[in-house]
Amino acid sequence: MILDGKCPKGPIQTSWDRHRFDLKLVNPANKRKYKILVVGTGLAGGAAAASLGELGYNVEAFCYQDSARRAHSIAAQGGINAAKAYPNDGDSIYRLFYDTIKGGDFRAREADVWRLAQVSNNIIDQCVAQGVPFARDYAGYLDNRSFGGAQVSRTFYARGQTGQQLLLGAYSALSRQVKAGTVKLFARTEMLDLVVVDGEAKGITVRDLVTGEIRTHVGDAVVLATGGYVNVFYLSTNAMGCSVTANWRAHKKGAFFANPCYTQIHPTCIPQHGEHQSKLTLMSESLRNDGRCWVPKAKGDQRPPAQIPDEDRDYYLERKYPSFGNLAPRDIASRAAKEQCDDGRGVGPGGRGVYLDFADSIKRLSEGTIRERYGNLFEMYEKITDENAYKVPMRMYPAPHYSMGGLWVDYNCESNVPGLFVLGEANFSVHGANRLGASALMQGLADGYFVIPYTIANYLAKTKPGAVKADHPECKKSVEDIKANTQKLLSINGKKTVSEFHRELGKIMWENVGMARSEESLKDALKKIPVLREEFWKNVKVTGGPGELNQQLENAGRVADFLEFAELMTKDALHRNESCGGHFRVEHQMPDGEAKRDDENYCYVGAWEFKGVGKEPELHKEPLTFDNVHLAVRSYK
Amino acid sequence: MSAHNAQTMTLTLHVWRQAGPNEPGRLEQYEAKNVSPDQSFLEMLDEVNEELIKAGKDPIAFDHDCREGICGMCSQVINGVPHGGQERTTVCQLHMRTFKNGDSIYIEPWRAVAFPVQKDLIVDRSNLEKIMQAGGYTSAHTGGVADGNAILISKIAADYAMDAAECIGCGACVAACPNGSAMLYTSAKVAQLAALPQGQVEAAARVTAMADALTEAGFGNCSNHYECQAACPKGISVKFIARLNREFQKALFK
Repeated sequence: MILDGKCPKGPIQTSWDRHRFDLKLVNPANKRKYKILVVGTGLAGGAAAASLGELGYNVEAFCYQDSARRAHSIAAQGGINAAKAYPNDGDSIYRLFYDTIKGGDFRAREADVWRLAQVSNNIIDQCVAQGVPFARDYAGYLDNRSFGGAQVSRTFYARGQTGQQLLLGAYSALSRQVKAGTVKLFARTEMLDLVVVDGEAKGITVRDLVTGEIRTHVGDAVVLATGGYVNVFYLSTNAMGCSVTANWRAHKKGAFFANPCYTQIHPTCIPQHGEHQSKLTLMSESLRNDGRCWVPKAKGDQRPPAQIPDEDRDYYLERKYPSFGNLAPRDIASRAAKEQCDDGRGVGPGGRGVYLDFADSIKRLSEGTIRERYGNLFEMYEKITDENAYKVPMRMYPAPHYSMGGLWVDYNCESNVPGLFVLGEANFSVHGANRLGASALMQGLADGYFVIPYTIANYLAKTKPGAVKADHPECKKSVEDIKANTQKLLSINGKKTVSEFHRELGKIMWENVGMARSEESLKDALKKIPVLREEFWKNVKVTGGPGELNQQLENAGRVADFLEFAELMTKDALHRNESCGGHFRVEHQMPDGEAKRDDENYCYVGAWEFKGVGKEPELHKEPLTFDNVHLAVRSYK
Repeated sequence: MSAHNAQTMTLTLHVWRQAGPNEPGRLEQYEAKNVSPDQSFLEMLDEVNEELIKAGKDPIAFDHDCREGICGMCSQVINGVPHGGQERTTVCQLHMRTFKNGDSIYIEPWRAVAFPVQKDLIVDRSNLEKIMQAGGYTSAHTGGVADGNAILISKIAADYAMDAAECIGCGACVAACPNGSAMLYTSAKVAQLAALPQGQVEAAARVTAMADALTEAGFGNCSNHYECQAACPKGISVKFIARLNREFQKALFK
């Protein structure tokens, strides 16, 4: 099937404005008759639930954490992009659009990215109105910093906790709606199934994580804002509870999964310290504004960094990409770091690390200035590594961070299942094959505040409110299926823990489907994943019962889904016989090691249809056309 | 892994176990072996849990999520101190290098009337939500707001607001307070918004509503012990409580 993204035709500059006019409306008196279920309360879900509630819809919002404020958007450090052009440095909506398309290695839809760039400016205004304390200069104006993949300063920030502050802004707007009675919040509640009635999304089945109760909530539309899936690698920068479960269960009910092989490996994370590590910690990309990446020129140079003189150091990003230097995009910076380490010039334990050095900036600007800019990050680094980065350079290594792939959606953020909308990291729409820094926050809030409030009305206006009741046979079936699945997990009583399976899966994925992928490694993974999955269902040990707070059971369900999803992700990576952005196939590289795209054969979105566990999924394609940017080889030299 | 950290430790843990909200709880003893100084406190607990599961026992339930000190989910009283007593550090950022081989460690949940225990180390913090819902926001509608630079905000005010806004809502302040008060938590939001022009319009109504919600939810009053500030993993200052009181006084005359 050839998929249609339903993008507006005509000049892109006016595409969103024209589209908004074409969308149907729901009149104010009718809005309260519709119930919308919003799953996830991060930037996308929190902003969506608050904005939809404010419009007068009946909203039910769900999160697995004990509070909506704890969604993992909170961990984003560096900033949020917008095309305000306050610094007078040549920025514009067109430039943000262009940088994002180019940064994504020409694998995103033009119309979606244009809209994102256009509404980026509204986001900043909205957050300021909510009381988000963005950094200001001494005259009282908003301050900006630079981020990777851009030559302008368009990143707004709140110290090293921008994600936290933006999320708290959305959370406060959400709290206001809870008080007003338009939003009902269900914390510690995890979505385990999508209820589809006559082909349309009409409900979700959830598990109350405190009592263990499994029940269905029905609504007129379902909005998934459930984040990304890089915990498939086990070790990642994601929170422990981040999973593919909501997306995967929707996929099993018919929603197409687009570009699952596009994963982002972030270049600056604290290297792994040992076998028992549970997660990896990111150090903001903003550090590359003032930190310089280097490794010793000579292999196996064991001298402490301070004793290695400048002429024996290789500032490899500045050498390879003189015009972007240390601010090369993430995929490129990650591969460059890996390349140095593979070449035997890595530093730290096992030689898996590169230096991020602030000595020159401290000399130029003073330690106080660096402390003011990044104090909390240096503090975090010291807590984890026991090293003072004002004195010795940080050691960094790439780690799984973000998924550009996600459920397929059209221009309205609606999946191929009518009534199922997908926002933020959970969808695939704007970042192509690589996301630029400070663009995730932008997308989450754009989708939640400024896209879904318009586009969902277009669907609702065509439906009768309250058509499906809680006693519908599909709801009962869904509850029974989930209960049976829970019982199955609890009854295996094998010998290996859930974490052991997750760690094994992560190892397979990192080694075979990580930063460098080959036909051989991918085929190897496709052999190993089903074997591990089979073992899981025979030999996993899940303690406790179904009707109680049971963290092992929660985790078992998530890992079971990762064991199915991993296979699809690998198949997508194998089918995409080109390199682009974060998807690097070693068979396809330029003589200098850069990713080599194949636009003739792969300039499309690959969206997969579920056909059964272990069965061959069906590929649907949405061709990508570029009318406003020239499809070119990406260069940051 | 730095060389001086190569030695592993054996520790004795005394952990609060409680099957449910209405069940009696007790301290149970466990041994944590082969603990690396580079491990985080929660990773140490993960290992203990793996052993328990393999022995067919119920693992210790504890809240955690981001494991980088920002989500505010983790909540344990360690040796009598919320988050373990290392300055400006959440449990998840506490590392085992701060302990010695042979140490005994007592691990308990947040203790406060307003935070009932749900299971083991997990408590119900939904009362904090009620305070936020009472008024922890500006009533800005989505869309239709002024340009971000239309209203200038002095760097001093923005920095002050940010100092307050760093609160992660973990509830350590409540757990540390002899009165089980959520005054520091509430004051951080009141002060953040009162310091900004966008929040000043509703300042009086906000502080009154939030203070009422605090009392209604069963939190105690503030009697200036300052334990909250000492326990706060983000170093939120008690000066914001003074600000709350001032805003409250101002509101009385409106």
